[in-house]
Amino acid sequence: MNMYLRLAWRNIWRNKRRSIISIASVLLAVLIALFMRSMQKGTYARAIDNVVSFYTGYIQIHNPGYWDKKSLNKTFAVQESLIENVSSTEYVTHVTPRLEGYGLISGGERTDVGLVIGINPEVENDMTGLEGKLIEGEYLQQGDMGIMLAKGLSDHLDLGIGDTVVILGQGYHDIMAAGKYEIQGLIEFPIKQLNNTMSYLTLEEAQYLFGAYNRLTSLSIMIEGEDKLDEVMNNLGKKYSEDYEIMSWKEMSPELEQGIEADNASGLIMLFILYMVVGFGILGTILMMTMERTREFGVLIAVGMKRGYLRLITLIESIFLSFVGVVLGTILSVPILAYFRSNPIYFTGELAKSMTEFGYEPILAFTLAPGIFLWQAVVVFIIAFIAALYPLWKITRLDAVDAMRSV
Amino acid sequence: MAVIMSEKICKTYNDGGVPVKALKDVDMEIEDGEFTAIVGPSGSGKTTLLNVIGGLDTLTSGKLRVGDKEISEMTPNDLIEFRLNNIGFVFQAYNLIPVLTAIENVEFIMLLQKVSKEERRGRARELLKSVGLEDMINRKPIELSGGQQQRVAVARALASRPRFVLADEPTANLDTASAENLLDIMERMNDEHKMTFIFSTHDQRVVRRARRVITLKDGQVDTDERKGENG
Ligand SMILES: Nc1ncnc2c1ncn2[C@@H]1O[C@H](COP(=O)(O)OP(=O)(O)O)[C@@H](O)[C@H]1O
Ligand SMILES: [Mg+2]
Repeated sequence: MNMYLRLAWRNIWRNKRRSIISIASVLLAVLIALFMRSMQKGTYARAIDNVVSFYTGYIQIHNPGYWDKKSLNKTFAVQESLIENVSSTEYVTHVTPRLEGYGLISGGERTDVGLVIGINPEVENDMTGLEGKLIEGEYLQQGDMGIMLAKGLSDHLDLGIGDTVVILGQGYHDIMAAGKYEIQGLIEFPIKQLNNTMSYLTLEEAQYLFGAYNRLTSLSIMIEGEDKLDEVMNNLGKKYSEDYEIMSWKEMSPELEQGIEADNASGLIMLFILYMVVGFGILGTILMMTMERTREFGVLIAVGMKRGYLRLITLIESIFLSFVGVVLGTILSVPILAYFRSNPIYFTGELAKSMTEFGYEPILAFTLAPGIFLWQAVVVFIIAFIAALYPLWKITRLDAVDAMRSV
Repeated sequence: MAVIMSEKICKTYNDGGVPVKALKDVDMEIEDGEFTAIVGPSGSGKTTLLNVIGGLDTLTSGKLRVGDKEISEMTPNDLIEFRLNNIGFVFQAYNLIPVLTAIENVEFIMLLQKVSKEERRGRARELLKSVGLEDMINRKPIELSGGQQQRVAVARALASRPRFVLADEPTANLDTASAENLLDIMERMNDEHKMTFIFSTHDQRVVRRARRVITLKDGQVDTDERKGENG
């Protein structure tokens, strides 16, 4: 082994306990930080996924002005070429047509406001896995005349499979929309808002109900992942922004995006505090390692060692202390995070209730996205490097004679 | 031939605004291969004199030539190189790197000189043998007595094959037997390697062994005497 490396190595173990404590503190901080970040990012991804894949999609195309008014008068006529073109855009995985409108849904004694959505059942299922949420009855097929209700809505109406609902609403060109449907399926959503309002007809039935023949309120688009969002938005915007309104989930669910941003900011503040504590821990160790060797540095420089080599040795020592902590912390975190990723934490009881109340799925999900690991490593190294500046500065200023006088 | 020549060298320290004259107009010549003791009470300027000769400390004024180098005109980087290749230092205590073994401490200096690995090992072993530590080459400084540590320091000082060995009170922390033993070794090295030895001391046991004794008093040369062949 190179003598400089050997020197650095032995200096690190000169005070075993101190070095082990430093390494352990870095390790623990990395572990905590990774756990926090994995949980935050995982939960955000899950929340986005809930909204995006259960309902809005990543992107929607509307008639201009639709989103503001949510009016059936702002529908657009289906053009196969549009659907085909959008489908073949890069990173787009699914495109599903919808016609949706609010209506009064009543059955027997009770009435409720619900969202009636006309779908292509097959494409909708491909995209959102809607059939998987079916808990009772039959999933819609092309040509079916029945309706599927969200469980919360059916509970409220006190209806079940085989019962009939009447829908009253305002259709295209403000015509009166009225229809009668047999409940053929019940669907359960983890998010309360969806669970209390959604109902599904086939696209054709909905167009008939609302008098909007061959018209759509939206094309809902799925893409390969959140990271491709900007690019797809750009490409679609170039082609269609003249004639259509193109919105991302961020614009359609601003409260979700803001919620994530606020939570993320508070997470970053926690991380900052955590890293400050660790940073001072490392700095303390490095400070001690430097001070107790002042005389030794003096002797080394006196006998002819260049300051550059001395700096190199102390740099190796400082970086090593944090490097081992980062590596061990990361290695340890992988199985832990992998476990929690496959076994997310489900909340129960009151907490779960109030979370669903606020529109959140009562779950803490985890991610193993490489980004979070890289981020931790970079941050810890920056901290270690800043701490390592102290001995570098000290060595630069050191006067050998003074250093040796101060035994 | 004089290998060290000083002309009116002065060193003034600034002790919190108060100038302290550690060396005042010191004129001195040292011949090649001499075995010289710098003697004087504490505070008389012994350490300062050795430090300026060794290029560790700068002069306030005067001219100083060591070997063929004009010390007063060298840059700090030149001085490091100069020290590495021309001067072997032995300090009063804590000379050694605590995390390295005796032989590694001796090798280290040669590593800085970029001597090859095999040669380093061989030379370090030989030097440690000649200071009587062949059985302890793998001990860390803390596992050696004070006298043994100073012997390792002498071995290290010689390892770089310097022209000058400067030892600042090398026996100050040693008992009589160890001090005598260290002096024996230094004397023998001086004979064998023909290096110029200058050591400071205020220890009469050591002064007796010197072939030339320069006495300092308040930063000035007080007496300077050479002894006959038999001391
Ligand atoms: N860095 C310094 N700052 C101020 N005064 C110093 C410094 N170094 C040495 N001195 C003073 O210079 C004088 C000579 O010191 P030194 O050379 O160490 O003497 P010696 O080695 O003979 O005991 C003393 O008075 C000492 O206090
Ligand atoms: Mg002294």
